[in-house]
Amino acid sequence: MSTQAIYDAIMEFEDDDVVEAVKEAIEAGVDPQIILNEGLIGAMDEVGRLFSIGDLYVPEMLMAANAMKAGMQVIKPYLKGDDGGKGLVVIGTVEGDLHDIGKNLVSMMMESAGFEVIDLGIDVPADKFIETAKTNNAGIICLSALLTTTMTTMGETVDAIKKSGLSVKTMVGGAPVTEEFAKEIGADGFAEDAGEAVVFARNLLAS
Amino acid sequence: MIIVGELINASRKAVGEAIKQGDSDFIKKLAIDQTEAGATYIDVNAGIFVGKEGDYMEWLIKNIKEVTKLPISIDSPDPTVIERGIKLNGDDAMINSISLEQKRLDTILPLIAGTDLKIVALCMDDEKMPETKEDRLKIADILINKLIQKGVKMENIYVDPLVQPISTDITYGKGFIDTVEAIMENYQGIHTICGLSNISFGLPERKFLNRNFAVMAISKGLDSLLIDPLDKKMMSNICAAETLIGRDNFNVQYLKAFRKKKLEV
Repeated sequence: MSTQAIYDAIMEFEDDDVVEAVKEAIEAGVDPQIILNEGLIGAMDEVGRLFSIGDLYVPEMLMAANAMKAGMQVIKPYLKGDDGGKGLVVIGTVEGDLHDIGKNLVSMMMESAGFEVIDLGIDVPADKFIETAKTNNAGIICLSALLTTTMTTMGETVDAIKKSGLSVKTMVGGAPVTEEFAKEIGADGFAEDAGEAVVFARNLLAS
Repeated sequence: MIIVGELINASRKAVGEAIKQGDSDFIKKLAIDQTEAGATYIDVNAGIFVGKEGDYMEWLIKNIKEVTKLPISIDSPDPTVIERGIKLNGDDAMINSISLEQKRLDTILPLIAGTDLKIVALCMDDEKMPETKEDRLKIADILINKLIQKGVKMENIYVDPLVQPISTDITYGKGFIDTVEAIMENYQGIHTICGLSNISFGLPERKFLNRNFAVMAISKGLDSLLIDPLDKKMMSNICAAETLIGRDNFNVQYLKAFRKKKLEV
């Protein structure tokens, strides 16, 4: 009994098949952690990769995430309490910016990758990011901005996070945000899209 | 159809470079090309240059004015940049844009009060992006009333109900065009405008979807678009849509486009 059936069902966006395959794997005695990592998360990693190279589109990514979630519901009671040390991510759109479509995609893919995610929503002041990261011992703060005007705020927010003395890493993204800009404002990471964000977050926390 | 040519936007890489290099010929060519392709306004956006936006806005407008008589659409949220742009234009300019976000409203409203400037009014407030037709209409109504109270003429208002990606919520397309229909019915003489590319975010063959969405919106009354006028397929579809919905007496615009071999089908 392998986790291939789970993986395949997610790649075909079939919620019911995912649920069925997870149940079968549990009954067959497959380690729940392996079901999670190789089946559910493994498939979502591939989804993220295909999305990044332009072979999968947003609605397909959403369907895959829904299928993965359906499988998560089944496996959850069998998993040990901890998150396997994957880390906690605080995410939000910076103050003055109300756009959340890109941010929501990143948030969803982070969750699908096994991170615990606290999504603060839109128009989030720097203080709120810092406070939430502190209280929850976050590994990464992800900032989103869609407007050229709020890119400035993004820089100020990264500054404030650094000055707070927290050992948390910062990642930035959003349509007008470039790698060059991310470096300029001193962010630890930049991601072009939701698939890349997951890969980068893993690397950041591993380093 | 009122076409606002979108190409002179600093967030497009080649344009941003041309601005940095002071390459005025590049900018002028874009202005000439858009004029010849049938634009009504030339949009100018220098938003990526924090701190220098005003200087670049002036430089761009001056260069554009040398080669075209078309009015400018001053595309900035910054009142000081808009003010500098207005000084170079006079009252035939379009301001892109105001919204119900308090700060933007308070700073931009005084600039247009009592003038003959055209104003793009985004259906957006400080709370969140609108999702439904009801969200959009509520914001539009407050915003339109505020503009009218300040002496802005109905025919100078261009409401942008905000296009959102159909890939993330399948109600966004219908929500948008239903809003266009309601606004055009409720406020006689007003205009509706939008950019299109958001609709196709996250999907393949985006230009194809954008064209189809333009046709759908035009059929509900949309009369202005912020687009690339050099996109011949888009311009052809717009022309056909206007003719088919009965805005083209004796189909004359359609036939003209055909005879001039401008239709790309």
